[in-house]
Amino acid sequence: MVTDPHSNVLMQLHNVSKSFAAADQRGRLNVLEGVNLELRQGEIVAILGKSGCGKSTLLRIMCGLIKPTQGEVLYRGKRVTKPIPGLSMVFQTFALFPWLNVLQNVELGLEAQGIEPIERRRRALEVIDMIGLDGFESAFPKELSGGMRQRVGFARALVVNPDILLMDEAFSALDVPTSETLRTDLLDLWIEKLIPTQSILMVSHNIEEALLMADRIIIFDSNPGRLKAEITVPLKHPRDRESLAFRQFVDRIYSVMTTAIAPSEGELARIGRVGIAHRLPGVYTAQMAGLLEEIQHTQGRAELPDLAEAMHLEIDDLFPIVDALELLDFAKVAGRTITLTMHGIAFVEADILRRKEIFGEHLLKHVPLAGHIRRVLDERPLQRAPEQRFLRELEDYLSEEEAERVLSVVVDWGRYAELFAYDYNSGILSTENPGEDIVQ
Amino acid sequence: MRLNLTGSAFRDNFDLPNVWDVLAIPLVLGALFLTAWGSHQMIAPYHPGDLLPISLDPANLPQYAMRTTLRMAAAMVLSLLFTFTYATLAAKSARAGMVLIPILDVLQSVPILGFLSITVMGFIALFHGSMLGPEAASIFAIFTSQAWNMAFSFYHSLRMIPPELYHVSDVFQLSAWQRFWKLEVPFGLPSLTWNAMMSVSGGWFFVVASEAISVANQNIMLPGIGSYIALAIQSKNLTAIGYAIITMFLVILLYDQLIFRPLVAWSDKFKFELSESQEAPTSWVLILIQRTRVLRRLLALPAWLWETSVKLFAHFPSNPLPPIKLKITKKEGRLLDKLWAVALITVSVAATLYLARFVLSEVSYTEIGKVFLLGLATAARVFVLIILATLFWVPIGVWIGMRPGMAQRAQPLVLFLSAFPANLLFPLAVLFIATYHLNVEIWLSPLMILGTQWYILFNVIAGASAIPNDLREAANNLGLSRTQMWKRLILPGIFPAYVTGGLTASGGAWNASVVAEVVSWGSTTLTATGIGAYIAQQTQSGDHARIALGIAVMSLYVIVINHLLWKRLYKFSQERLGLE
Repeated sequence: MVTDPHSNVLMQLHNVSKSFAAADQRGRLNVLEGVNLELRQGEIVAILGKSGCGKSTLLRIMCGLIKPTQGEVLYRGKRVTKPIPGLSMVFQTFALFPWLNVLQNVELGLEAQGIEPIERRRRALEVIDMIGLDGFESAFPKELSGGMRQRVGFARALVVNPDILLMDEAFSALDVPTSETLRTDLLDLWIEKLIPTQSILMVSHNIEEALLMADRIIIFDSNPGRLKAEITVPLKHPRDRESLAFRQFVDRIYSVMTTAIAPSEGELARIGRVGIAHRLPGVYTAQMAGLLEEIQHTQGRAELPDLAEAMHLEIDDLFPIVDALELLDFAKVAGRTITLTMHGIAFVEADILRRKEIFGEHLLKHVPLAGHIRRVLDERPLQRAPEQRFLRELEDYLSEEEAERVLSVVVDWGRYAELFAYDYNSGILSTENPGEDIVQ
Repeated sequence: MRLNLTGSAFRDNFDLPNVWDVLAIPLVLGALFLTAWGSHQMIAPYHPGDLLPISLDPANLPQYAMRTTLRMAAAMVLSLLFTFTYATLAAKSARAGMVLIPILDVLQSVPILGFLSITVMGFIALFHGSMLGPEAASIFAIFTSQAWNMAFSFYHSLRMIPPELYHVSDVFQLSAWQRFWKLEVPFGLPSLTWNAMMSVSGGWFFVVASEAISVANQNIMLPGIGSYIALAIQSKNLTAIGYAIITMFLVILLYDQLIFRPLVAWSDKFKFELSESQEAPTSWVLILIQRTRVLRRLLALPAWLWETSVKLFAHFPSNPLPPIKLKITKKEGRLLDKLWAVALITVSVAATLYLARFVLSEVSYTEIGKVFLLGLATAARVFVLIILATLFWVPIGVWIGMRPGMAQRAQPLVLFLSAFPANLLFPLAVLFIATYHLNVEIWLSPLMILGTQWYILFNVIAGASAIPNDLREAANNLGLSRTQMWKRLILPGIFPAYVTGGLTASGGAWNASVVAEVVSWGSTTLTATGIGAYIAQQTQSGDHARIALGIAVMSLYVIVINHLLWKRLYKFSQERLGLE
């Protein structure tokens, strides 16, 4: 592809993929698949996606921290292979150096560029003034509130006069009013062109936050992460989240996010093969029960945006639960509406013991790993097996960490359903009822 | 804003020294002068066989104390250099780490005075005709008591640095040099400082023991408190021993107030935490330094050095991500593991053969068997002593730890006691045993744990005061009896801390056995049966094969006991009893 140096494209991603090797070479774990993306001058772009869609990985590939397995990243027509000046990043966890005070933290990037101390100080103080940290220059991060800490994060990123500012869930660790203020302040700087930054790319799991800021929203699918839809937001700043147009965008994004891309044939084959290695959402049974009860309150069906608001859940929290309910056939999602199935209704109406039975039946029927574990245990003479036996199987398809996570999820569900027991000390799975031997 | 700043800069430059300066300037100048004088003494000429003039006149004690302290300081500088290079290499390169960390693990098990026995003749030959020979041997022995655990601490810190902080330093393109000093060292600093200071505390024991050594039937006495004590023992001068104990007491007090506490208080600001901890350590010396204007001016020098070094080392390549976080994928990993195992086995078999040939050329199999039995005797002693110290100190530690006010006052005192070199008290024990004709095998034993029992107490206090109040209230609310309370709350609560203390105390006891199993007073020498006594005797007669044998056997015991007992207890306590 030929890039016109005068065009307003700052950054291009061509067919970027990232995968990590699992033990079985065929079962490479795809985090990102064929991502094409353009970042143009004067726009704020938001990437929205469920957890596990590889959005943070994408950000790290863009700024040269991680190399893509395939594809390339171009910045002003040049290939990005390592961190470069011109791109800076704001982190979700702030990532401030606790032993440096505000001024020293802000000066860090300038110091790396070899700028003389006096000039460094001048520029840092300028940005500190601008971002509203005046008076806190000598404070250490631990003395600051979360909002103030993230202001330091922004000042540190802006002081190097970046072309592109990358924000990795920069507001998600802050409480609602704090993130609101910080967002508004940043937008003001951006709109009044007080910062030389040409483009902002933000990763978020908060739909409203993305809609409040971005000119373009790119929605990612997860497992593997890939582009699903792109929505242009022509609303004028400042945006009113109560306005009809805004609400319509929210609804539209929910619909897009819940619509599954029809899996291709190759993928269907893969799913069949990895059956037991299905990446179960990390959700506790109590969360599922809570959501089912909430839906039952509203006559067995609910709009996802309303549900999220009523239960104070962000999409990162909501979607895994929804996925788990769909997987176990307790609920069905169509568009942005979630409806309980007859099994879901039966579950909600049952008492504690009956709930466990229903859950157990559905677990065996719909989660191949649970059925597999139970079968293996039943076949063994002592009805016991070490966890390593299953971990090794999972590691054929998943990374070590992911295998451990998936097993811990199925252990939690299996314990709730009393399908099998797990002993923490020995790491042994068994069918015996813990505690029963003592009573006998 | 900028106006303000120039204003304050103006004031800083031209203001007169403040009150704090008046106190601090003599302190700093005095320390500088003493260092210069002491280091000059170290390079005086010396030939093996020379008798270094040590005098029991108490007027010499300040000078001796100074010399002893300088050795300590020199060892600390070396230990820091070692830590920064060795630990960094081990953490950054997975393959280097595979070799370096096990080596460190073994080095940690070798008795410290064993290093002295092996190296002293070599150092004397190396610095032929200079005092530096025996000095270097003594400094090296102290180095071995500090360097290993400092390196371990720094290595573990490096492995724990959150990846985001690495991302930050990479996104902003810090050079490797900048990243090391801005991120890696500060992150490791609190635990490194704590470990270094604990090592120094333990080091007083070894500095005293390493100043006066008998090797190959020669007595070398370096000017210092250790030699003063040794001479006092030879000439049965109880008054001189009293003077030495008082001097050491003062030295440790000064060290505790002027160095240990300011450093620990200062390093507290590097703790990687996002909220302010409840009780930050304080030190009046640190406050003095921080409020002194002239001393802060002096900081301009390091700042200038820093800027210069950044320019000098700007070209060191810094990889986008250090490879430490990357997991080796399975197949490669298994292959590498196999290769590594083969290499390790080859080298260790070769080393074993070499050592065996060296030892067997002089020593019979029966004697080797006997040395193992001696090791067993010392092991039994250490085991019994740890149990006794546990039974004694755990209830006391819990009692203190449960009372926050008491714990706060007791902990500095216990740290102080752990720094005091217990070997200064050995002559008193000999007198006691000789006077009452007590059984040497039994009554020499407590000396081994005299200095290290404090680690158990210290850690138990820390563990008990860390038990959350909620749990104690819940236990009271449920009406747990005293026994149930100990079984269900207190013992599980203090166990992780106790294991740390026990491990340290046990290691210290093994180390101390080399000087605690042979103790003398004038011409009276009391010897207990044990591997420590064996090493001490062989060192005295300069029998290298037997020294090597003794050290190897003792290291073996320590490694096996650590892995079979302490590490398992530690793992168990971390996994099961950690309060999260």
